[in-house]
Amino acid sequence: MAGADLTVPGDVTERDDVQALLRSGFGPLTEACFLLLRVADVVAARAWLARVHVTSMADLDTKQETVLQVALTAAGMRALGTDPKVIDGFSAEFVAGMAGDAARSRRLGDVGPDAPEHWDWGWAEREPHALVMLYAQPGALAVFREEVVGSIGAGFDVLTSLETSDMKGHEPFGFLDGVSQPSIDWNGERAPGSAADLDYGNLIAAGEFVLGYRNEYGRLTERPIVDGAQDERAAALLPRAADRPNAYDSGRNGTYLVLRQLEQDVPGFWRTMSAAAPANPIPLAEAVVGRRLDGSPLVPLQPQRIPGVGEDAGDRVRNQFTYTRDPQRLACPIGAHVRRANPRNGDMAEGRTGLVGQLLCTLGFAADTDADRIAPSRFHRLLRRGREYGRLLSIREAQASVEHPPAGIHFLCLNANISRQFEFVQNAWLQGTTFGGLTGEADPLTGNRAPLMTGAATDEFSMPQGGGVAKRVAALPRFVTVRGGGYFFLPGVRALRYLAG
Amino acid sequence: MVAASVLPVEVPGLRVLLETMNLRPGFADPDNTLVTFGAFDRLHFARFVILEDQTLGDLTAYGVAFPDAPIWLVFLGDCDGDGREMVEAFARDAAPGLRRIFAHCTDFAPTTDLRQWMHSHSVSPATQYVNWVGRTVLDVCQEAALHAALRAALPVEAGPQPAIALRNTLIAEVARHGPLPSPRPPTPLAWRLAQLGRAGLGVLAFLIAIPVGLLIAIPFLAILRRRETRDAVIAPRPTPAHVAELALREDYDVTNQFSAFGNVKPGRFRLWTLVVLLWVVNLTTQLIYTRGRLARVGTIHFARWVFFDDRRRLLFLSNYDGSLDSYMDDFINKVAYGLNLVFSNGIGYPRTRFLILGGAEDEQGFKNYLRRHQLPTEVWYKAYPGLTTSDLDRNTRIREGFERSAMSDEEARAWLALI
Repeated sequence: MAGADLTVPGDVTERDDVQALLRSGFGPLTEACFLLLRVADVVAARAWLARVHVTSMADLDTKQETVLQVALTAAGMRALGTDPKVIDGFSAEFVAGMAGDAARSRRLGDVGPDAPEHWDWGWAEREPHALVMLYAQPGALAVFREEVVGSIGAGFDVLTSLETSDMKGHEPFGFLDGVSQPSIDWNGERAPGSAADLDYGNLIAAGEFVLGYRNEYGRLTERPIVDGAQDERAAALLPRAADRPNAYDSGRNGTYLVLRQLEQDVPGFWRTMSAAAPANPIPLAEAVVGRRLDGSPLVPLQPQRIPGVGEDAGDRVRNQFTYTRDPQRLACPIGAHVRRANPRNGDMAEGRTGLVGQLLCTLGFAADTDADRIAPSRFHRLLRRGREYGRLLSIREAQASVEHPPAGIHFLCLNANISRQFEFVQNAWLQGTTFGGLTGEADPLTGNRAPLMTGAATDEFSMPQGGGVAKRVAALPRFVTVRGGGYFFLPGVRALRYLAG
Repeated sequence: MVAASVLPVEVPGLRVLLETMNLRPGFADPDNTLVTFGAFDRLHFARFVILEDQTLGDLTAYGVAFPDAPIWLVFLGDCDGDGREMVEAFARDAAPGLRRIFAHCTDFAPTTDLRQWMHSHSVSPATQYVNWVGRTVLDVCQEAALHAALRAALPVEAGPQPAIALRNTLIAEVARHGPLPSPRPPTPLAWRLAQLGRAGLGVLAFLIAIPVGLLIAIPFLAILRRRETRDAVIAPRPTPAHVAELALREDYDVTNQFSAFGNVKPGRFRLWTLVVLLWVVNLTTQLIYTRGRLARVGTIHFARWVFFDDRRRLLFLSNYDGSLDSYMDDFINKVAYGLNLVFSNGIGYPRTRFLILGGAEDEQGFKNYLRRHQLPTEVWYKAYPGLTTSDLDRNTRIREGFERSAMSDEEARAWLALI
């Protein structure tokens, strides 16, 4: 792979134009709710979007009591009267929407009970136009929400309000969540595609998460560019396009936001684990997830630093590892949730092997075929910003529980290329029954359990053993059900005013 | 592979007829009444594609046109053994259905001798790739059955018993109840001799290529670079309607089909570069990449490149595991150089440098280019749905281990881990 073109900007300098969610998940603001809105009165909706204060990355330099973020769907842009040419300049999957066609639903695994027509929101007349995310300090959300909803007035109808709860960093099954995130190369210090990328790295080009900057291919991801001569508003409001003269970039400083409401059957999960491992269900559950309850990895840490890992000691003990020390998949099953979601592969499964070794690997004469089946990680990373909802049960409570109090995750991730990042991870890695040479199993945690067209099962989970025959758990029930979802665009602050028409 | 031209007025009716062969859009019913694919036991994959080129307008970038470009109907089967025999079998056993299909072709009349017509319309690929040379449909099915039988024979609680003992128990169990794979027929002598000939040819070609290469390297590179810097890149985003047509036919099985068609850049320089490169690639797929991988890509079952219209156009067909996003990922991140070598001789391909650099590394341009040149595969058949190349590879290793007389403890453990 050629080195990056250095004329393509890699450093994000317009920090006051980037919504703050790209920089932070707002941990101390433990109260949050996500308002899903539909345009009711176009003029009033536009007026509100034009005046609302959206927190930027730069604003986070000072302590924020409350944060408000805004994202729009393609349907929302249409409803607001955004220029159709601009809308069509966004990526095809965004324009079509998450529930836009059956082929996409098939790829995402949104079939059967997960099919969009069963969702609470996200489909047909329940497709949101805008997402307003509100974050506040403990006890302060109610007032903030009232204030915001009041200011929205007649502009939007509230389709639904996704409530969240503070599980102290855990997800409803009881595992520490959000343990591993990509580090973003805000200053463009790393040139993607160098020999260092043959090994796994966690420092990822800003362009993978923000449009208008260099991505992992050293290029600018496609986005709507507006000719300044034909559109005076664009010239007045939008940042300039980095790659074209006299053109303005309505994507720059923005990114795509994927939101999926994933309901978790917590009692079902722990009952299944207990049935399969009556003596002690926890190690099995940890194998399914691929990490321990406290977030520590199942494979040993490595002594060498990994670029982008280890801002602090806590991060190092949780993330300074790859799976190359576990080639037989004994410590962490290959099918475990976190190993699927990020296999921690470099560009070459073998890593750096010298010039001759690299040539041999390139030509396909390397030893480990199975490891090389998995794509390099750096092109498929997600910045996760989800929040939990419902009540956190202890394992004991979950095992004893008979009714299912609704709990789950509002999974939310940011990425610059939905098809290459979110959809790839969801399709090839999580739902994929071909991942890493496996057969008969999709993600043991989030899999939809739908059999293949042949009737073959996808609901197994295998754990290789040093002694020969792998341990298997068959007929896993469904633990996660999709209740709603959508593809949004989280625009730059200036672009929001422009897109709002 | 059989290819025959179809008049534009016949195309819609032909598409409707072909769709009746399917269980799902584009996904064949093995027992459909037109061509009962499932009854042909040497057939791995098959497809019908209509080559209605949407990109002929790109020729204007070179100031040429191809106004009378035919629309081709392609019927392809990937089979064991001799392709001519496969044609004979189709003509014999699927005559009524094939006659109805081929009746849409310009030179097929009710009185036409189907067998002769199919032979006279047979087209040979310039290059073809087979994931595992010599693995037959029978092998695939028997090895999958063996794997299932061994899996079923596993004791519920294996307990701490030596791997060798467990292996012996399993083998005895399966030997008693079956199914057992039938003995492999010996590799045909003719094929061995031909392979030896190809190896000789390869060595000879290599020996000739060094001095000739040195001699022509400088003028070749000079012309190449001149063209590479001037050739038009035509890689706009494909229309949503086109993408929808393609996506409609994807992701029903663990394997997908891919058919793409395009114009070769005009002029002898690009044509001969392409001809030589395809010949070299073909030699490597016959001699080197015969065991599960095409360079770093392990997910392709069968692939081929076929010239059309006096080598003015090129067709690429493949069968790959996973969804298109994964396939593209493999293309771009693992074998960009290989794709560039061949496809950069096609009109509109993203700009390359020295034939192997750049090109597919322009991720978005490359994805647009491939999707735009891709054509819907009207009917696609796979003899063993649900199985990936990785499954086939593992099952073959299980069979090899099953047929071995003895194993060390370590080998037995590795073999058991496969089950």
